[in-house]
Amino acid sequence: MTTLTGIPVSSGIAIGKALILKESKQEISKKTIENIDIEKMRFEKARKEGIRQIDAIYKKTLKSLGEEKAAVFHAHKMMIEDMELVKSVENYIEENNCNVEYALHEVTKNLILLFKQMDNEYMRERAADLQDIEGRLQKILSGNVEEDLSHIEEPVILIAEDLTPSQTAQMDTTKILGFITELGGKTSHAGIFAKTLGIPAIVGVNNNLLEKLSNNQKVAFDGSTGEIYIDPTKEQLQILGHKLDEHKEYIKKINQVKGKSAKTIDGFTIELAGNIGNPKEAKYVLDNEGCGIGLFRTEFLYMGKEGLPSEEEQFKAYKSVATLMKEKPVIIRTLDIGGDKQLDYLEMPKEMNPFLGFRAIRLCLKKEDIFKTQLRAILRASVYGNLKVMFPMICSMEELNKAKELLEKAKLELEKENIPFNSNIEIGMMIETPATAVLADLFIKEVDFFSIGTNDLVQYTLAVDRINEHVSNLYSPYNPAVLRLIKNTIEAAKNNNKWVGICGEAASDPLLIPVWLYFGVNELSMSPNLLMEAKWIIRSISNKQLDENIRNILLLNSGSEIKEALIKLNKEIL
Amino acid sequence: MIKKTVTLINEQGLHARPAQLLAAEAMKYKCELQLIKNDDNSRICNPKSILSIMSMGAAKGDKITITADGLDEEKALKALAELIENGFGE
Repeated sequence: MTTLTGIPVSSGIAIGKALILKESKQEISKKTIENIDIEKMRFEKARKEGIRQIDAIYKKTLKSLGEEKAAVFHAHKMMIEDMELVKSVENYIEENNCNVEYALHEVTKNLILLFKQMDNEYMRERAADLQDIEGRLQKILSGNVEEDLSHIEEPVILIAEDLTPSQTAQMDTTKILGFITELGGKTSHAGIFAKTLGIPAIVGVNNNLLEKLSNNQKVAFDGSTGEIYIDPTKEQLQILGHKLDEHKEYIKKINQVKGKSAKTIDGFTIELAGNIGNPKEAKYVLDNEGCGIGLFRTEFLYMGKEGLPSEEEQFKAYKSVATLMKEKPVIIRTLDIGGDKQLDYLEMPKEMNPFLGFRAIRLCLKKEDIFKTQLRAILRASVYGNLKVMFPMICSMEELNKAKELLEKAKLELEKENIPFNSNIEIGMMIETPATAVLADLFIKEVDFFSIGTNDLVQYTLAVDRINEHVSNLYSPYNPAVLRLIKNTIEAAKNNNKWVGICGEAASDPLLIPVWLYFGVNELSMSPNLLMEAKWIIRSISNKQLDENIRNILLLNSGSEIKEALIKLNKEIL
Repeated sequence: MIKKTVTLINEQGLHARPAQLLAAEAMKYKCELQLIKNDDNSRICNPKSILSIMSMGAAKGDKITITADGLDEEKALKALAELIENGFGE
């Protein structure tokens, strides 16, 4: 039994026989040639064939892994066609009267060396792209075919010095249980592909892995920790086996709902959207089939900085998300600072009760300049997609009116400056204080939509600071007072034919999803990685069957009883 | 010949994707184009070559000088400068 560790890049457990992939290293020797033109022609022919192969891989990857992952092969194609590379190789052939194989090897060797010396880890790993390309061209020149991983007969754990992006992208996930490589780092393509394919993987195992192992030897590893067991003990296998079963069950569930709509057995649909905290996360929402962004928190623009973000900086951030999401809705929540999130440069006074103090919309309405800069940026970005604006922490009608007034002011300014914006941008508000939940029927007449922020709504309804460990056990979204406020809010919206969503943590709570369906909410917005699980739960539910159950559960008079009943229900339906 | 110096703002520097975008844009123009990193005239790169761009190893904050020489030099300079200044839309 030997234990090794590497860099975990794709989670999951793999237990199986090792298959060691030894790249047949091609001996590339220098040969003197007579006819330079023939060598140049061979190079051109090989490049053409290489491009044809890469095009095929690009198409296959586009289908199986999506555009972003396939983009690397687009870059490969450009590298093969690269005029500098072609010129350098042709010059080398001319100057040395040598074969194209040797010229190509020397030219790429120097480039790879250059990449490997760079400070940036990401760039160092791009040397792998060059190696991939050279390998492909050399194989074409020699007439050999690429080590094709699709011919593996029985499931194996692949062990290699390194895997090229094209090898990884073409792996048959039913035959390859996982892979371990000696080289590579956190950002290597192989790892990124493995994650997307759902294959457990560990890279960067620097202990002469290939020499320690032989074909068919038993290997087990945990792709979330980086632990590798060669000839694992019975106990180790038991622990890993159990983890594996759980993981398999989960993956199976998730895969079943991929590509399907979030529809109950009896045909009720619900929109599943993602919460994001910066523009980069928007793509995870799309990856997980989210139908929009239900909550775009904008605090990232303000935090960890020396000063306030400019209108331009904000505009760019909002625009990038709007452009990416296209016609899909993106709800931008205006600045929600204060409470537990402070900005040093604003010199806000220390408060006894920050959650009841100078925060969110209260701060924005006092510091109109800050607020208007943000509103202008959102409005300007609104022409690039389907943006909506949402105000947080509203407690009174005066606050909502003032916020809307400032939005109108920003619109007027832009109009005067001849800057385009969507004048019909939808305006919504968070329902996160009991005051607005109780008066939902009045507030809904003044806005286009509601989004219920359960985290704060629970905290304010039950007067519990959930960061305070002495009282955090009292924090419960199952409390009937909270559920009634949410029900009241959703009903008010529905009675007025308006749209209502939930964007707090409770939105993705498996126990509560049936309750939200029963209430008839339009949308649930959550962290992108929870979207598939939520969809799976929704697709396992029959709304009509649930009705009586939930109605009875909501008659219970305490949070703990409701939670218990929901756990029971959950076990019955899932 | 005209030239302009811009600052690289995207997090990962000129890696594969921005290099690809830059090269694709540069190839649209007929004029002679050059890139110089942080005024180091000893290493001049060709923006029409993805490998040449990537081998610059340019990181966030680096100053990139673009020179253009030829009929469509103004258009080319403007397009490349904008692409870099906008962080390649990242």
